[in-house]
Amino acid sequence: MCLAIPGKVVEIFQENGLLMGHVDYSGTVNKICLEYVAEIVVGQYTVVHAGFALSVLDEEEARQSFATWQELIQAVAAQGTDIFGNPLEK
Amino acid sequence: MHNLNPEDFSCPLPIMEYETIQLAHGSGGRLSAELVSRFFLPRFGNETLNRLEDQAVVDFPQGRLALTTDSFVVDPLFFPGGDIGDLAINGTVNDVCMSGAMPLYLAVAFIIEEGLPLVTLHRVLLSMEKAARTAGVQIVTGDTKVVNRGCCDKLFITTTGVGRVPDGVNISAANLKIGDRIILSGTIADHGMAILTSREGLSFASRVQSDTAALNGLVAQMLLASPHIHAMRDPTRGGLATTLNEFAASSHVGVLLEEAAIPVRPEVRGACEVLGIDPMYVANEGKLVAVVPAEVADQVVAAMRSHHLGQEAVIIGEVVAENPGLVAMRTALGAHRIIDMPVGEQLPRIC
Amino acid sequence: MKFVDEYRDPALAGRLLEEIRHTATRPWVIMEICGGHTHAIMKNGLDQLLPAQVELVHGPGCPVCVTPVETIDRAVAIAARPEVIFASFGDMLRVPGSSSSLFMAKSAGADVRMVYSPLEAVALARQNPEREVVFLAVGFETTAPGNAMALLQARREGLTNFSLLASHVLVPPAIRALLSSPSNRVQGYLAPGHVCTIMGWQEYEPLAEEFRVPMVPTGFEPVDILAGLLMVLRQLEAGRHVVENQYGRSVSREGNLAAQRIMLEVFAVSDRAWRGIGVLSASGLVIRDHFAAYDAERKFAVETINVRESELCKSGSVLQGLIKPDDCPAFGRECTPEHPLGATMVSGEGACAAYYKYYRTRHA
Repeated sequence: MCLAIPGKVVEIFQENGLLMGHVDYSGTVNKICLEYVAEIVVGQYTVVHAGFALSVLDEEEARQSFATWQELIQAVAAQGTDIFGNPLEK
Repeated sequence: MHNLNPEDFSCPLPIMEYETIQLAHGSGGRLSAELVSRFFLPRFGNETLNRLEDQAVVDFPQGRLALTTDSFVVDPLFFPGGDIGDLAINGTVNDVCMSGAMPLYLAVAFIIEEGLPLVTLHRVLLSMEKAARTAGVQIVTGDTKVVNRGCCDKLFITTTGVGRVPDGVNISAANLKIGDRIILSGTIADHGMAILTSREGLSFASRVQSDTAALNGLVAQMLLASPHIHAMRDPTRGGLATTLNEFAASSHVGVLLEEAAIPVRPEVRGACEVLGIDPMYVANEGKLVAVVPAEVADQVVAAMRSHHLGQEAVIIGEVVAENPGLVAMRTALGAHRIIDMPVGEQLPRIC
Repeated sequence: MKFVDEYRDPALAGRLLEEIRHTATRPWVIMEICGGHTHAIMKNGLDQLLPAQVELVHGPGCPVCVTPVETIDRAVAIAARPEVIFASFGDMLRVPGSSSSLFMAKSAGADVRMVYSPLEAVALARQNPEREVVFLAVGFETTAPGNAMALLQARREGLTNFSLLASHVLVPPAIRALLSSPSNRVQGYLAPGHVCTIMGWQEYEPLAEEFRVPMVPTGFEPVDILAGLLMVLRQLEAGRHVVENQYGRSVSREGNLAAQRIMLEVFAVSDRAWRGIGVLSASGLVIRDHFAAYDAERKFAVETINVRESELCKSGSVLQGLIKPDDCPAFGRECTPEHPLGATMVSGEGACAAYYKYYRTRHA
């Protein structure tokens, strides 16, 4: 219901009394309100919706859930087939 | 503000009584004549145009004629990577050469809103001059009208082009054959996203550049590699999805694309993601899509890659018997979805 | 793109699908309440890849689809006033009201502007002090805090020519209504990842407990959605029913407290009509009396609104997950994206539009 896209904060500034920032999405930059993520620092990633940053993305959490999935992949790979039932490549 | 660039120094703004376009500049009187002699002729002048007749009389080679016309209305007039001037030249050159024809002559008509700064017009004309030179076409006739403030948005340009179709070349949207390969000349969605991210109200401090370019040189390379191109178009408004739907409908065949094969620049993809826009539906102004027999596909791609406008040319799919009239795409995960015709212009969305 | 590309990895998605196939031993019905999930599922064709035992039902989580016709009619009437600049997200411009849309109002002379951020609408008010700027503030809990901030910012700058036509909806009351329905078939939920980014997931815990339904706040990339489905399925197979968080990189239990605070400073919870569903208690947000001067509904009296809706349209049943879009007799016949009868055919997130866009081969 709510399109929100991760981007990297590259600049933080005040504008009309609001905490604003420039957010970079692989080369395209737009201006975003950072009032709801006042703790964010340049270089961190945020999820952006309708001109507002919603959260500071948790890189450590993301790394951990990938590690969990990696284990899952290995568990499935041990069965030796992919989703179509074909043998996995080495 | 007018950005200074070296070309403006080599072609200084002609001295005029007024700094902006007046209704009298379109009246046919002295101011009109001054506009033509000081602005248009120095930029476009050639033997035919300089005669200032009501029509261009030109030599034309034997064979089949390709004729096209297109109107250009774009806001803003100047955008990253281009402006309305080079767009108006390149767009019509491309429409001529998608038939395989080499464009020869252009006619240009301007509709100017009263009050347009002359410096703006001059900048557009410089850009048109350069684009026409790059494409190797002559502007042989033209017209200018000035309308009351509010009756048009700054500047509209219509260009008409003619070219000669080489013998033995027969390119048509109705020519797709099952098994043909679909070739795309490069990344999609650059132009449309350059315009959209330049718009006020969307908060962009953008780096997306338009891809506006004349494709006649690339087409010449392709025809050298193989004259047997079945279909070819430049996917402008409505994007790649619309062009391929037109092909599928005209030829009563299906088109199957590989999602992973379709190139999109990272910054263009970023802009599309943020605004919720599908790059398949976004306009291009310097790309072409060609449908060729499978046996010549590799050599056509190789020829394209040797031209600077086709370096990223790639086969993106094929013509199939299934689902005639529809375009389908195999997603990166191996599922299929329909790529429909768009309903209207894609709008930025929040959901 | 970091935090995007790795979640679109076909190999990882393939392994998750394999694990889903192993996990689901019998038929299960799972609802993705959020239209963003519906869109991603359709775009990637995930439902084609899932085993037959896993049935996905599309929920009403699309603000465009559930905004009442009356709100659209009111928007069109206000936009038509000569002093008004009417600002809206792009989504709402094509949505049909009883007899017109904002796009049609624009072509009839209304000054309708598209904005990306509600703060852009405040900027319009700042730049046009002689005009009245009205912003159509729709959305779920994700969008409401930004809209609230726009109102507060207008007040801080002393702009008296800015107001909101507000039409916000809340997710948990909708889930409660769906689960309470006698015709409910849904056994598990993908909870909306971006709503939960703002609101946290604690308000889903009583729902999971009361209705004994697993709920998993989930992200929007294919790997997220498959991982979320796997988490729901594991609970279903094990007979558990708790809230488990798939989208931990963005969602916490308590959510974004600053955003919640501003949202509730400006808006109060109230009963609310959902297009196609009806009035749900405590399911919407209205502008508090304290901010009445910024409420377009109170500022611009609109005389009579005669709401008319198509009798053919079954979007209410679609939104409640009772039928699939292509079960509707009007689907693809009287009702197409060019001539939509209901909002579910308009929005990119609407289930009907998504079906039409991606799956028409079934009818071809």
